[in-house]
Parts: sequence; C-alpha cells; structure tokens
Amino acid sequence: MLRASVYFDAVPLVLALLLLLTACSGPFPQSVFAPRSDFSTDLDGLYKNIFWWAVFVFVIVETLLLVAIARFRARPGRPAPKPVHGHTALEIGWTLAPALILVFIAVPTMREIFATAGHAPDGALRVEVIGHQWWWEYRYPTLNISAYNELHIPVRTPIQVELTSADVIHSFWVPRLGGKRDLIQGRTNRIAFRADSAGEYWGQCAEFCGASHANMRLRVFVQTDSAFQGWVDQQRAGPATPAKGSPADAGQQVFRRSACIGCHTITGIAQGKVGPDLSHVGGRTTIAGALFPNTTETLHRWIMNAPSLKPGALMPPQNLSPQDLDAVVAYLQSLK
Amino acid sequence: MKSWLTTTDHKRIGLLYFWTAFGFFLIGGLEALIIRAQLVRPDGGLGVSAETFNQLFTMHGTTMVFLALMPLSAAFFNYIIPLQIGARDVAFPRLNAFSYWVFLLGGLFLNASFIAGPLFGADRLSVAPDAGWFGYANLTSRQYSPGPNVDFWLLGLQILGIASLAAGFNFVVTILNMRAPGLRMLRLPPFTWMTLITQFLVITAFPVITVALVLLMFDRFFGTHFFLPSGGGDPILWQHLFWMFGHPEVYILILPAMGIVSEVLPTFSKKPLFGYTVVVYSGVVIAFLGWSVWSHHMFSSGLGPIADSVFAGTTMLIAIPTGVKIFNWIGTLWGGQIRFTTSLLFAVGFIAMFIIGGLSGVTHASAPSDLQQTDTYYVVAHIHYVLFGGTVLGLFAGMYYWWPKMTGRFLSEPLGKVHFWLTMIGMNLAFFPMHLSGLLGMPRRIYTYAADLGVARFNQISTIGAFVIGIATLVFLWNLLRTRWRPVDAPNNPWGGATLEWATSSPPPVYNFTVIPTVESRMPLWQTERHAPMAPLPERPPAPIHVPGGSWWPMMTAVGLPVMAIGALSHLIPVVLAGAAVLMVGIYRWAFEPFET
Repeated sequence: MLRASVYFDAVPLVLALLLLLTACSGPFPQSVFAPRSDFSTDLDGLYKNIFWWAVFVFVIVETLLLVAIARFRARPGRPAPKPVHGHTALEIGWTLAPALILVFIAVPTMREIFATAGHAPDGALRVEVIGHQWWWEYRYPTLNISAYNELHIPVRTPIQVELTSADVIHSFWVPRLGGKRDLIQGRTNRIAFRADSAGEYWGQCAEFCGASHANMRLRVFVQTDSAFQGWVDQQRAGPATPAKGSPADAGQQVFRRSACIGCHTITGIAQGKVGPDLSHVGGRTTIAGALFPNTTETLHRWIMNAPSLKPGALMPPQNLSPQDLDAVVAYLQSLK
Repeated sequence: MKSWLTTTDHKRIGLLYFWTAFGFFLIGGLEALIIRAQLVRPDGGLGVSAETFNQLFTMHGTTMVFLALMPLSAAFFNYIIPLQIGARDVAFPRLNAFSYWVFLLGGLFLNASFIAGPLFGADRLSVAPDAGWFGYANLTSRQYSPGPNVDFWLLGLQILGIASLAAGFNFVVTILNMRAPGLRMLRLPPFTWMTLITQFLVITAFPVITVALVLLMFDRFFGTHFFLPSGGGDPILWQHLFWMFGHPEVYILILPAMGIVSEVLPTFSKKPLFGYTVVVYSGVVIAFLGWSVWSHHMFSSGLGPIADSVFAGTTMLIAIPTGVKIFNWIGTLWGGQIRFTTSLLFAVGFIAMFIIGGLSGVTHASAPSDLQQTDTYYVVAHIHYVLFGGTVLGLFAGMYYWWPKMTGRFLSEPLGKVHFWLTMIGMNLAFFPMHLSGLLGMPRRIYTYAADLGVARFNQISTIGAFVIGIATLVFLWNLLRTRWRPVDAPNNPWGGATLEWATSSPPPVYNFTVIPTVESRMPLWQTERHAPMAPLPERPPAPIHVPGGSWWPMMTAVGLPVMAIGALSHLIPVVLAGAAVLMVGIYRWAFEPFET
C-alpha cells in the first residue's frame, strides 16, 4: 500500500511530462505556446508565471499529503494517536502563505488586465469583425473594403479589432495572436494587438453558437506592408469580368439566373446579404468558414449540398446540371 | 410498494434519492462515453451528427449537475443528517417526500426529451435540450432555437429548482431546530455543518436561476425581449443571472463532498478533525466569497478592466479558505493511525485531485490568462478535476463509509480498491490531457475538430480514460448489487466513528434512536480529554415512540408540476390548468390531512 500510495500522485505528474514532451513534437497551428503578437506574448508570460507558482504549490502540498499517508499508516502495537485539535500558529501560517503567493499573481494580473483592455494606440488599423452563424465578416472602415473568413492584416502594425454579432454570441479567437473576446449583438467589444511576424494563423469560434459551432473557423494572414497593400488594391478593384465565351462567362450567366443572387453579393452582379460577399471568393484559400480548401472539388460539393457538409448551413442544396455547376465553379474561381 | 410511494421516513427517502441519482449518474456517464467516442477521431469522428452531439453535451452537463451530483449529496443529507444530529426525522417529513418526487419527475421530464421527438413531428434524439447546460441567450431565443429543445430544458430546470428549494428550507430548519440536547452548533459534525452552508446557498442561489428561467420562458412563450438585443434586451443579463446562480452552485456541489471528507479522515486516522472551527469557518467564508465571483465566467464577454480586476481579485481570495481546508485535512492525517480502507483512499484521492483542480482554477482566476483558456478543453479539464476529482470522489468516500449504516451491509473492500484504482487511473487519463488539448487550441462543445490541430492523440487518451472510468463505475455497481446477494452484516459502528449516526443500529430502526441521546462533546462516541464515550443506547425503546404514517399527497402534489410543464411544452392551456388543479388539490389535501392515519 505504501508503494501504491506513491503512485497516487505520480500518475498525473508522469502523464504531464509525457504529454508535454509529445506536445513539442509537431506543428500546432492554434497553440497558445507559440505567441506571435504583443497581446499573446503578454498572456503567455502571465500564464507561465502562474503555472510555475502552481507547480510550486502542487509539489509542496502533494508531498505533504504523500508523506502523511506513508508515515502514519496504522501498525499494530503503535500507541493511540494524540488527540490534537488544532494549532493556531499553523492555521495563521497556512492562511498567510497562500495569500502572499496570490499577491505575486494578482499584481501582474491587474497590470495585464489594463494592458490588454483592447485599446490600440492612435493610428492603428481598424477592423470590424461581425459574427454570423457560422462565418466571419471583416470590414476595414478606413480602407473601405471587406473580407470574409480570412482576415488580412499588415505585420508590425497596431490593429484595433471591434467585435459585434449579427445573430447569436460568438467568440473571436486566434490563439497565436491573442486571447478571445465575445461578439455580441448590439455591443462592440475590442481587442488590440500587433502581430510580430508574417504568416498564416488559425483560429475558430470559441463560444457555443449552435449546430455548426465546430465549423466556424477562420484564418488570419499577417502580411508584409507591400503584400498587404497589394491585397487591399485587389479588394478595391471590382470583381473580375470573365472573357466572353469562356466557361467563367457561362458561369456568370448561371449565377445571374440561379438562387445564388438571393443571398450573395458580387459587385455589379448581385446584392444578396444573407451569405458572404463573393466578389473576390476566388482569391481565398478556403471556403465555407475556413472549413475546406478552396478547390474545384470542394466548391462542387459545397454548391451541390452545403448542409450535408456544414450542419445547419442556410444555403440550400442547388439543383444544377453538371455543365452549369462546372461553369459556376469556373466563374467563382475567376473572381480573384 | 405502497409503503415506498407514501413513505415520509428520511432513511427511505435517502435510499430513493440514492438509487434515482445513481441511475441518472449512469445515464449522464453514458452520454459522456458517446461524446468521448465521437471525439476519438478528427474530421467527423465516428459520425455522431452535430445536432445529436449538442444534445448529448447539454444533457451530460445538466444531468450530472442537477440529476446526479446534487441528489447524490441529497441522499446523504436525507439519510445521515437526522442521524448525525440525533433526531427522529427531518423537520418536515412530507415536504421531504415532496422534494424527492419532484426531483424524480423533473429528471424523467428532462430525459423524456430524448424519445419525445415523434410527438413534435421530429425524429427521436432531436428535441432534447441542445443549447448547453449554461443556455446562453440569445441562442436560446425562439428565433435561433425554434424547437421544443430549450423548452424542455427551461421547464425541467424550473421543476428541479422547486425540489431543491423545498429540500433547502427543510434541512436548514432541521439542522437548526432538531438537534439533540447538548448538540451546540460548534459541536455539529463537519458534514452537518457543510450541509447547512450548502442549503443556505441553495435557498439563495436557486431563486436567481428561477428568475432567469422565468424571464427566458416569457421571451420564448410570450414574445418578451428580456435577453434579446433586437428588442432592446441584453443577452449579457442572462450571463449575470446564470452565473450568479452558477457559481454558488459549484460550492453547492463541492461543500457536501468536503463535509464527507472531513468525517472520513478523522475516523480512519483515529484523530479529531484538525482545526475543526477553522474548517467550519472556512466553509462559511467559501460560501460568502462564492457569491462574489460569478463574473469570472465572463472574462471574455468584455466587462471592462475594472470589473475584470474586481472579479479576478475575489476569485483569487477564494483560494485561501480552500487552501486552509486542505492543510487542515493533511493536519488530520498527520500523526494519525491511518487505516487504508476504500473510503479513506477515496478521501485522500479527493484531496490529491482537488488540488489540481484548484490550481488550474487559479490560472483562470487571472482574467488575461483566462482569455486563452475559457471555452477550451482546458476548462473542461478544470471542472472535471473539481467536480469528478472533487465531488465524485468525495461522494464515493461517503458511499463506502455510510453504506454499512444505510443498509446494514459492508461493501466489498477488495472490489472497492479495484474501483478506486481504476477510477484514479481513468480520471487522470481522461481529464489530464484535456489541459493540453485546450492550450493547443481545441475549443469545448465541438463535435469535430481539424486533424491539423494536432490534438487527436490527446483526445484518444481522454477517450480511453473515459472508458476506464466507465469500467470502474460498473465495478462499483456490481459491488452495490452484491450487498443484496451476498450480505456481510455490519455492526453499529464498524469503522469506530465518533458521531451519533454510529450510536444506533445498522440500519437504524424507523425511529432512529431508542432514546434521544444527550451530547456532551464534538465526538460523543470517543473518549476525549474531558468526556467519556457516550453510554450505549438501550436495545429497546423504554417508552412507545410515535412515528407518523405515510402520505400520498406529497407524490400527488408533485405530479401536478410535470403535467403543467407538458401543457406548456405543447402549448395546451387546458393541460396547464389541469396540472395546476392537481397541484392545488394536492396541497389542500396535504394541509388538511389528519394528524394520525
């Protein structure tokens, strides 16, 4: 039983070590341990500070517990234990000790609460994020452009993110760039950060928002200033006009006469507001709320039967002939 | 059969609570196993649909909190509290029966939603509650949840709230008024103390959720906009109301287990509870502070830095009385003569695991740190270390400890040890990797996750662990049933306990004590510095003891509530009125029931 009781706490400890080791062996696109912004770096530092205090307390308390059960097991012939009722000095001591440790946690916590309250410095790039069941809309009010599901921002530039929702509560979370904040209809929440290296970052909705909560994902592309400017220019331009007689041109005709126009906007072609704007859909790397790669095959499947791929999706299955389907997909892919 | 339906005996009601709650515990566990099976593979898992998955996790949370853990604690309140305070029954025996029947019917009503689909023109497994156990507005509005799912949830919880409130008042009055002569407040056993504190939390917290549910019901049934921004309402109001209930609820779940551990440790170390008064007062402090921390569930909702600082601060404060309790438990073991019974193992397991849950709690008491953790599997890990590693292990300690008193028969110790070790291994395999899944970016409440997240391996370990817990629970069930088939009779005081429940026979007679004992110390059955152990009670009552007969009216009254709920669910006003009529007739007949039957 002595041996067994030593196991007692070895189980989680050994597990922790094993798992931490394996955790370092692969790419984890949503890991909080690989921060790439001032915001997420701050949170990472704070967490690690508390984590080591927690390890310290864990080791002390679990050791005391183990020593107690190992040393004081009943053995025949031992005298009856002394009926100790308590010890005032000890009680005061183990009230004050945790209080003292908590001061070391509370002070940096309060500092970080104010530092991460979400107000970017003047001159930050403003981005409005609007949550929809189950996709993301981004508006850049100063640049007069919009984006969908894939957010593009310049590197090393302060970003002021303003969050709200068109329907239920969602939560915007890109772990490597910062902590999450909720999107609530009728309110505006804020986060602010400055990404410190270019790259592709993953995120997803973190507040349960209905059937396809698990499928409400997003990407953030942090770009160099020139690459970002190129992207902005592309968004500002109107949608590509397909060459006469090309498959994309046929696709545009199909798009115009199908149900597509009821819900989607393509500047100059359709003005639907239910789903995302498709004026530049061909330029995105993913579709359906960053759920699938943007390929001919996934576009086919998505248009034919969206709800079967994304439960609860509002887009009904489209009854298109194979030729029409090919044409529409060609058209969408042409909209860089 | 009739005697069980009409019983007002706290011991029988305690056993009814136990078996009913244990049944719901198995159902909630089955839901958890399906959830874990689905998550064993990324990108679609084993094919459980999003809609089914959302119902499963909603019902798993709702079932475990309201139908399994609270009523398992209630089983011990019912059976043990009157015995610990030397009373013949609770203060209001018929109200006690009423609480049980309301709980049973409320639980059946909620679970009926799994099979009720065809009544609403839908499939089975399609109308169970699906908006999460926390039911955040405005997802719960008629617009975004048009089906009867949320109606089942809000009506079921209102029914269950009545059961909890009735029991809460009953036990407060019982503990304050029914104590044996000499049993002053600071002589009460720690389990009785923690029960008293818990019941004060129940009678203050449940009205808050009831108000929230009534407002939600108005929004859904009568077109009001309390929680709907489109009509000028505020979904954040729901979050405040829900967590103002929800956080005290956490202490409603954990304090009884802390009370159990504070009984088990002294008995099996042959030492008085270390720092009795400090343990009692820290329980009171935890309950008070428990009312001041609710918004730490809302750090991501944008309350602003001032509110975040205040709630981070109060939340950290709560770690202090909790730590004090843990140190006093270790102080109790220190210098004792520890007997490693299954009950003691579970109590020590409680301390060891609860520490982990408490420490991860400190990491999300820090509001900015929590922004990376909230709504991820890290929090799932935390709550399971607290509610499984804490509450469930504590309840198991209580089951092995009091089963001989409740049934007169021992649970098997060898089977108990198998149960214990499987549970410990299973829970750490299941819940520890969740810390990592969460920190690596896995949100909670998702039916599928991308393979590219790299968390599939951790999920597989969690799933294996969950099934180990499942096997452990079957071992325990076997152990329980075995006491019927292969009884090993227990004496009055099999463990050498110090408190009054061990002074009477196992199981106790219907009148509990042949003579109401007079208490002179905190440990009436032990030799203390100033007092000899209490003299044994006489074998037979020296004078006749009046025991009230049974009553049909608590159960009949309780039946009115689900009838009303079914009427509301199906929008049939006459059915609501019929249920209300049953309720009123029941209360009337109950009130005017002759004293002697």
